[in-house]
Parts: sequence; C-alpha cells; structure tokens
Amino acid sequence: MALTREQMAQRVAQELQDGYYVNLGIGIPTLVANFVPEDIEVMLQSENGLLGMGQFPTEDEIDADLINAGKQTVTMATGASVFSSAESFAMIRGGHVDLTVLGAFEVDVHGNIASYMIPGKLIKGMGGAMDLVAGADNIIVTMTHASKHGDSKLLANCTLPLTGKNCIKKILTDLAYLEIIDGKFQLLEYAPGVTIEQIKMLTEGELVISDNVKEMSF
Amino acid sequence: MSGFNKVVASYQEAMAGLEDGMTVIAGGFGLCGIPENLISEIKHKGTQNLTVVSNNCGVDDFGLGILLSDRQIKKIVASYVGENAEFERQMMSEELKVELTPQGTLAEKMRAGGAGIPAFYTATGYGTPVGEGKEVRTFSGRNYILEESIRGDFAIVKAWKADTYGNLVYRKTARNFNPMAATAGKITVVEVEEIVQPGELDPDQIHTPGIYVDRLIQSSFEKRIEQRTVRTVPNDNGE
Repeated sequence: MALTREQMAQRVAQELQDGYYVNLGIGIPTLVANFVPEDIEVMLQSENGLLGMGQFPTEDEIDADLINAGKQTVTMATGASVFSSAESFAMIRGGHVDLTVLGAFEVDVHGNIASYMIPGKLIKGMGGAMDLVAGADNIIVTMTHASKHGDSKLLANCTLPLTGKNCIKKILTDLAYLEIIDGKFQLLEYAPGVTIEQIKMLTEGELVISDNVKEMSF
Repeated sequence: MSGFNKVVASYQEAMAGLEDGMTVIAGGFGLCGIPENLISEIKHKGTQNLTVVSNNCGVDDFGLGILLSDRQIKKIVASYVGENAEFERQMMSEELKVELTPQGTLAEKMRAGGAGIPAFYTATGYGTPVGEGKEVRTFSGRNYILEESIRGDFAIVKAWKADTYGNLVYRKTARNFNPMAATAGKITVVEVEEIVQPGELDPDQIHTPGIYVDRLIQSSFEKRIEQRTVRTVPNDNGE
C-alpha cells in the first residue's frame, strides 16, 4: 500500500535530530511538525522571517502580524526570534539550516529538481524554493512516486523548468525512500505492502536496489 | 520645528511626486505587513504603467491586487504570484510583464540596492530559467550567477511604530521585506500604527534608522488575513 500523507510525514520525521533547525515547505512537509519525536527538540524556520514557529493559534490568539511562509496564522514557540526576509535568507543561503523538506513535481538522477512551474498551465512562482535548494546541504524531497496517470516523477532528466541543479540527494515518496548516489536512484526502503517490482516499474531514472534494502518501519 | 520631522499631513502628500512609469518597491509578505493605505492612495491617484517590486501581488480585492483591475501595473518583480485570478489572467495574456525572482534573491536585491552594492553573486537560480543570460562565476568549485540590485523611485513601507524622526519598529512577521524596502527608495514613504516623540523609542530596539525615511504617516489598518488557520482546544470535557 502506498503511504498516506501522514505516514510520509512520519517517515521524514525519523530523520530529525535533537537541536536541528528545520525548514518545512508547504503541503506534506508541513505535516512533519506533527511527528517530531517527544525526546528531541527542533526549531522550525519559516522563511518570511521567523525562527521558532509554534502551533496554529486558537481563535483568541490569532494575530494578523504573525504568519508562516504558507501565509497561515501561527504562533511563536518559546525562544523564537523574528527578523527580516534578508536575514532569513542569509540563514538559508549561508547553510545554517540543518534540514530542508520540500515538495516537487520531478526529480532526476542528477539531483535536479523541478517544483515551481508547469509552462502554460501553472505559474505561481518559486517563492523561497530556489534559495532553499541552493543553500541547504541536507534536503529531503517529498512527493508521490508517480502522477495520477502513472507517469514516473523520478526521471533520467527533468522535463519541467528546474528549481535547482545537482542539489537533491534524498527523496521520500509514497512508495519508497531513496538516495541519489553516483547518478542513480538507490532504493533504501520500500513502503509496507509495496513490492520492489512496483517501484522499478514506476521509476524512470536508473534504479539500483541497495544491498541493505528493507521495509520501512514506523 | 525639526528638520528631521518626517510626518506628513495627508496620504496625498505622502505619495506626491509619484508619476506614470515609475518603479515602486513595496514591503510585505502575502497580506502581512503591507502598506495597505499607501497602495489605496496609488489606486486613488490613478498612476499608470508602474513597475512594482514586491514579494507578492496581493489578492484580487486587497493589497497590490487592487492596482491590477485598472491596469496600473505594467511589470511586477515578485517571487510568488499565486492566489490571484486577475493577476493570472493578465500574466497569461501578456498584458502584465512578470519577472519571477527567488525570494531570497529579491530580498538581497533590495538590501544591496539600498546599501549601494550594484550586484552580487548567488548560487540561487544557477542552472534554472532564473540564471539564463546572467554572468556565471565559479568560487571554490561552485557556480554562482550575478544578480543586479534594485532601487525604486518610491519605496512604500508598513511599520508598527515610529518616532517623528522616522525611526521604525516592526511587529512580528510583519517585518518581512519592509526593512530592505525602506532602504531602497529614492523617496521612502512609511505608514505606521503609532507615532511617538523622539526619545520615546529605545535606540537599541530600532529596526530601521530614520535616515532611510522621507515621509511618515499614521493610520489604521484592516490587516486582512489570507489563510486563517486555527487549532481547536479541547473543552473541559476533553472534547
């Protein structure tokens, strides 16, 4: 069975470490915040200018001056700081954020990522995604393994305009956890109930099955 | 009377001198911390063919979006333009020129513009459509593109508090692009919720020094929320 959005977030959360500063993109990455293990502390960075993002506010706590990068009303966690967008991207470009999690339309074996535009169809803009993929060492891309029509999103070469070049190393899909090593997708983990054959069929770029491949555990 | 008093009496005075074809840099992220009354004044004034530099372009009926309906904007430099139907229509029909710019690059373009730095190298956008046609240089084995800074004929800014000298304090994430925008205008106009006397703000807590500010006006704000998101709190019965 393919993973649910929550299960994907749950698997990504296993990569969090105590003391990490983390930037979570919109969509599935945002859900990762719900699965932070209880015995560790992480601080969430929101690129509009907030470090230490808290949970959503109650009706009484809503403050129009306090939003996240998804424009949602939020609160501040204890020990939070606010700053300008220039300062925020100094943190991001300067490599100070420990982990970035973001969505994508396509990733290829070269570590290229396309996530911001479908020519003629969808032009919303890249927001902070280009800075995030250029600035971070440790990035996890979360996306479905294939489109609704069964077209692979793990490609030999991206077909859409790129968000970043040679910058992606880790991908968590609804079927598998993979790393890009030496220009190939390495299958490290498969979702419970999903076969390696299924993953092979839905992976267009070259796929290598790791010697230590295992079923994902939660 | 002090030569440092930046307070103006009306919105008309605040935006005096804005002419067709000028470039306006605006602070704000989404609808948070936008100079909403200064934008309304531009609409009221009817200035045409503006180039607007702002992270977003408001929504259809609020923020910079209200300048789209009368086609006052000819070009916008922004990082994210979703959630705005009229914007999308004008962009697709090429009535509106859009220069999509990564958010961090946009912030740095404003910061550099205000700081007298004409251009800078960044890895952001290398190998993507953003990097096309731009100079590439390699530093320590990594490729960077040359991005030019931005200055505006006007900068429009929203801050929380100011003193009459134009020293500014922002509130929470309404700060966003405002401090950089404030430095990058030939004429910087700021609207705030409260103006106090010089000396009343703690010099250690001032975010934008008054030297950047030319005109200052106090007003009230709607502060519309784009994505109202709340958590439900269990009641006494734990439900």
